Amino acid sequence: MKLIKHLIAMSAIALTAFAVAAPTPVGNEAPDVLIKRISNEVINTAKADKDIQAGNVGKVTDLVDAKILPYVDFQRMTALAAGRFWRDATPAQKTALSNEFRTLLIHTYSGALSQIKDETVDFKPMRADPADTEVEVRSQVNVQRGEPIQLNYRLAKGPSGWKIFDINVLGAWLVETYKGTFASEIGKGGIDGLIKKLAERNQQLANKPVKAGK
Amino acid sequence: MTTRSHFLPTSWQRLALALGVAATLAGCATGARGTAGTAGANPRDPYEKFNRQMFAFNDAVDRVALKPAASAYKQVLPTFVQTGISNFFGNLSDLWSGANNLMQGKGAAGLSDLTRFSLNSTFGLAGLLDIGSEAGLPKHNEDFGQTLGAWGVASGPYLMLPLLGPSTVRDAVVIPIDIAADPWAYKQPVGWRNFGTAVRAVDQRAAVLEASNLMEEAALDRYEFIRDGFLQRRQSRITDNGEQKIRFRKETRQDDAPANGSSIMAAYPDDPGASPEASTSAPVQSDAKRIRAAYTDDPGPTDAAPAENLPPAALAVSSKPALK
Repeated sequence: MKLIKHLIAMSAIALTAFAVAAPTPVGNEAPDVLIKRISNEVINTAKADKDIQAGNVGKVTDLVDAKILPYVDFQRMTALAAGRFWRDATPAQKTALSNEFRTLLIHTYSGALSQIKDETVDFKPMRADPADTEVEVRSQVNVQRGEPIQLNYRLAKGPSGWKIFDINVLGAWLVETYKGTFASEIGKGGIDGLIKKLAERNQQLANKPVKAGK
Repeated sequence: MTTRSHFLPTSWQRLALALGVAATLAGCATGARGTAGTAGANPRDPYEKFNRQMFAFNDAVDRVALKPAASAYKQVLPTFVQTGISNFFGNLSDLWSGANNLMQGKGAAGLSDLTRFSLNSTFGLAGLLDIGSEAGLPKHNEDFGQTLGAWGVASGPYLMLPLLGPSTVRDAVVIPIDIAADPWAYKQPVGWRNFGTAVRAVDQRAAVLEASNLMEEAALDRYEFIRDGFLQRRQSRITDNGEQKIRFRKETRQDDAPANGSSIMAAYPDDPGASPEASTSAPVQSDAKRIRAAYTDDPGPTDAAPAENLPPAALAVSSKPALK
């Protein structure tokens, strides 16, 4: 079942790759410009789309796929969260772990997207050397009630442009927060144990509807 | 009106304090013994055994009492009532936030908080309306633990307090100061005071209801997720998202240093480097190599090579989410 999906996806990607004539200039965007653009696009799309606000899973996933995923290096994010255990994983394990982790993140944080009402985002000045290949972009989401929510991104420059490898919400870095959990799960059941646990959680989440915003 | 009651916090807060102190002292002993032989003990959490017990207790109280109350509060009360309650107690806390901001040397922020308080208390109908925010004065949330942190006092180990939730040793010790600085603690009669405290607790729980539901789904182990998230968040609030420099600290910690490339990557000791791209393989930038070479635990590009030899098609597939 999955194999057929993979084959279809592969051919679709291959066809797309042939269809694209020249590399997109988007790869040359500065990291803060990139994040601003993604933020604005995602927020505007979420605000304008009633289906997303009602919690339509398919639409939220489409939004995440189209606007956010291309700019995130999930494999590196997973590797950093796995820490020193990544070295000992087989390539198949690495791919499986990255996929499960990515699915988990999409499931859980897509829920947050459906809550967007009329928030605005402010960006703090970026402190980076022009020659830096790793930068941090800091922003805050202004909400109606209470303090603004801190939202930071760390990006690394690769051959096809800047990619996000860590996200900070309310002061907590994603990689750092999952590191402890990954380490103890791997300690209990090895990398396969962790993959299994993530797969189970993803299965549970897939059966739950995304909550609509109040 | 006796002077005695001015300095006594409400009875349930005293109970919580007493519980906390007693449990801490008892727990410190058992906690230290308990984790002596535990494999994988987290260096930032030497009292893990005690903390987990407290977490289980808090979780039970939350599940049975607080969360249902907060859900009902959120569903039943009209939004403007909830906003009014939240604004009222938020206004009271602005005084102490302002004082702490001034103590941390943030003059502008401190004065802004005090201005918020005066504006909202007068034109904002005793705090029910948040005119300050609309006037462009942002809300801050500072307590004495953060002030100590800004002045270089180390946080100490993670400590889960009964009913009061996650904290650190430094912050737990100064809770009585925060309580004494809370204007609502002096409200007469005591019946109103207790009622108000309960309503405030329910309102604060309702405010994080969505976030806590999100966390339920995102976390594999909720105790660890909360602990690691809390400790990072606490440090970030002390440094105000990297804006505030910590005084009197000899070693520059990662959080305080300006975020340039090498200081960012120093936070990732086991970094394998960027993932191989699905497009044409470009040579890895020499900057990244130099940075990676600075870490003792880094296996270096040679060990990561097998992973990088995966066929591009397989990696292209991974960009399509495997849902359903």
